[in-house]
Amino acid sequence: MQVTVKILRYNPEKDEKQHYESYQVEADPTDRVLDLLEKIKGYQDGTLAFRRSCAHGICGSCAMRINGRNRLACKTLVQDLNTTKITVEPLLGLRVIKDLVVDMEIFFEHYRAVKPYFVNDEPPPEKERLQSPEERERFDDTTKCILCGACTTSCPSFWANRNYLGPAAIVAAHRFIFDSRDRAAAERLKILSDHFGVYHCHTIYNCTDACPRGIQVTKAIGEVKKAIMTGSLD
Amino acid sequence: MKTHRYEVVVVGAGGAGLMAALQASRRAATAVLSKLYPIRSHTGAAQGGIGAALGNLEEDSPEWHTYDTVKGSDYLGDQDAIEFMCHEAVETVYELEHMGLPFSRTPDGRIAQRRFGGHTNNITGKPVQRACYAADRTGHMILQTLYQQCIKRNVTFFDEFQVLDLIVVNGAAAGVVAIELATGELHVFHAKAVIFATGGYGRMWEITSNAYAYTGDGIAVALRRGIPAEDLEFFQFHPTGIYKLGILITEGVRGEGGVLINDLGERFMERYAPHVKDLASRDVVSRAMYIEMREGRGIGGQRYLYLDVRPETVNKYAAIDGRTNPDGSPYQVTADDIMAKLPEIIDFCRTYMGVDPVTEPMPVQPTAHYAMGGIPTNIRTEVVIDEQNTVMPGLYAAGETACVSVHGANRLGTNSLVDIIVFGRHAGINAAEFARGASFQPLPSDAADFARQQLDRLLNSKGKERPIEIANEMKHTMFDLVGVFRTEESMQQALEKIRELKERYAYIQLHDHGKIFNTELLTAWELGNLLDLAEVTTVSALARKESRGAHSREDYPERDDEHWLKHTLAWLDEDGVRLGYKPVVITKYEPKERVY
Ligand SMILES: Cc1cc2nc3c(=O)[nH]c(=O)nc-3n(C[C@H](O)[C@H](O)[C@H](O)COP(=O)(O)OP(=O)(O)OC[C@H]3O[C@@H](n4cnc5c(N)ncnc54)[C@H](O)[C@@H]3O)c2cc1C
Ligand code: FES
Repeated sequence: MQVTVKILRYNPEKDEKQHYESYQVEADPTDRVLDLLEKIKGYQDGTLAFRRSCAHGICGSCAMRINGRNRLACKTLVQDLNTTKITVEPLLGLRVIKDLVVDMEIFFEHYRAVKPYFVNDEPPPEKERLQSPEERERFDDTTKCILCGACTTSCPSFWANRNYLGPAAIVAAHRFIFDSRDRAAAERLKILSDHFGVYHCHTIYNCTDACPRGIQVTKAIGEVKKAIMTGSLD
Repeated sequence: MKTHRYEVVVVGAGGAGLMAALQASRRAATAVLSKLYPIRSHTGAAQGGIGAALGNLEEDSPEWHTYDTVKGSDYLGDQDAIEFMCHEAVETVYELEHMGLPFSRTPDGRIAQRRFGGHTNNITGKPVQRACYAADRTGHMILQTLYQQCIKRNVTFFDEFQVLDLIVVNGAAAGVVAIELATGELHVFHAKAVIFATGGYGRMWEITSNAYAYTGDGIAVALRRGIPAEDLEFFQFHPTGIYKLGILITEGVRGEGGVLINDLGERFMERYAPHVKDLASRDVVSRAMYIEMREGRGIGGQRYLYLDVRPETVNKYAAIDGRTNPDGSPYQVTADDIMAKLPEIIDFCRTYMGVDPVTEPMPVQPTAHYAMGGIPTNIRTEVVIDEQNTVMPGLYAAGETACVSVHGANRLGTNSLVDIIVFGRHAGINAAEFARGASFQPLPSDAADFARQQLDRLLNSKGKERPIEIANEMKHTMFDLVGVFRTEESMQQALEKIRELKERYAYIQLHDHGKIFNTELLTAWELGNLLDLAEVTTVSALARKESRGAHSREDYPERDDEHWLKHTLAWLDEDGVRLGYKPVVITKYEPKERVY
């Protein structure tokens, strides 16, 4: 089948502003949008820039707006879109470096701000620290995050205020706050109760819809809010 | 052009690079350069598990792990290195757990373990539960955990810096040259020690489980600086890639009781590996699948078979095999168990094939997966450059890009994650210690010239060839002619084709002459790496007139220890590939016939 791929292009070395360019591509219904971008780059216009690596939704490189929604290009099949007209744009809210490549620095800065690492200074046992399957299950959902940025850049609160730490950072914090082995929950909750933290979340659910990993992002944020309010992790 | 100075430079930020960085940065001024953001590295794609004889569910020992690995390697692995790795594995897995890695758990709260191909109880010969896992996203968790620890320890990163050249002065490593993707500027990193941890090169084959980034940069850069590549003829084809796409379906599926089925509905692995059946080593299973398909028993006569993990199938064969739980009760699974243990696999199948593995079998075919060969190193991860194992001072390599060799002719599942963690860690420690006792080599004034020339040649090339077409022809050629089965004739044909492609590569045309994020230019440079490695792979494979592990020749179907129990070293000279050989280290286990 023939599809039309309309891409929001920007080359800072040539263009004053972003503009759309359209390409006709021969596609299979089971092609990934990433396959189409590769075909365009390989056969029609080598200047097209985008990030990709794993090509199966696990590395987080290829988050972009596809027909108005944040998705991974490698996890979106042409047939999923139910149309032969595909519009591809860079993520919103981040500076565009070139075409579909955005500057992720602020996103990672927010990630680093929530102490996204295991903290436990008690001397470890000789073997593993014990954790029951139930305790492990408690934070399973938020361990899935691949830091693609789809959630944070779909959030109107982030668009309005880029200092807001955003859903991805809160998900990262959640993963440790609810880990029975970790000891820095209180510090993280304090960071998240600050004015750039969870109270910017207005439960709009864009993040949950955008997450290509199916993480219940809004639920995780809700659990963090509750922990801050009640001072308890139960 | 900017110049930076660090005592240790780590190239690559996957499992091996990050582990090295964590160790090196405690001891010396360290920088990590990666062409991808660290958390985009391919370690994140690893699914099934990391092997370590913890014995959490049943009796096990590092010695058994050692023997299984030696046998799996078809006796080409170096036994001193294997023994070291399998013993270190236990402590290293605990270290990962102490860093917070969220392993799945046993009912009593310990690290959960599952079966994987080739890992056995050495007394009964039965599969043993040795693979420590975090659902089927073990690599994701390892990568995340290590990156998080690097943040905690303030490790210095240069993200999206692609290394193009190694600086060698007075026969020692003196740094690297890298391009910054965001600006197109070249940077020189002056260093006392350099660690290559750049991953594999599976993008050489048409059907592959490997990421776009797997283009063998580290090995190719080293080859251009006169460092040989070891054992490139040994490349693993994993039995279960998603049909046509190559996306990996972890061996953990078979560990949980899934079986391979042909068009007649037979569980054909019984015929090829009567003891461990579907859990034989990967080379054995991939060959069996090829034979089934060649003899017309692919599904509907096509080039794929079924991998069946539906609970009714699992339970049926578990009963036939007499498989039991640790408490002696019969092994039985439910749909919920499958979903809890293999969530990612289920998601891949639903997304890419519209198949639900809980109710339907998965169409699979062998997929190019893992490089057993790479940059030659000794057990201390120092790069060695000839048949006498002479060390190049200051140069280290670890992970899939390196060849220690712990995998020999065939890697066992779960042993790469062990390899990257154990040897990544030692590379970090050893490189930093070396750096602290060494001084900087003088930096040549033209340090960046060779890298710049390589890029300029691509940018100024005046032909009409499209890189994507050359790449596709290379991938077809390698998959069809230098794949699971090989012959003199097929490989000669491949070699001619690769040489033709290398000539055409000199006449490619690029559209992008800009500086910022010129991924067209870098993809073309990577293609040059793959073409060089394709040539080395094919020449090395042609010379080896035997079948061993993943290198399976129809014209020489037997292993030939008398002539070929040795490692290949291949140099890329001006006029082509030059081969040499060095002995295999054998300590405890004399080679014998390999039966599963
Ligand atoms: C789908 C899949 C599943 C797997 N499952 C398992 C499993 O269950 N168990 C197991 O043991 N093994 C498994 N493996 C194998 C294992 O995951 C890899 O071999 C291992 O993770 C490689 O780690 P690494 O650190 O060597 O390389 P990587 O993690 O790939 O890291 C390479 C790094 O090098 C960088 N790099 C590359 N070139 C350059 C350059 N020119 N300049 C700068 N940086 C560069 C990249 O950016 C990246 O950071 C699996 C592999 C795949 C593909
Ligand atoms: S390329 Fe890795 S997530 Fe899309």
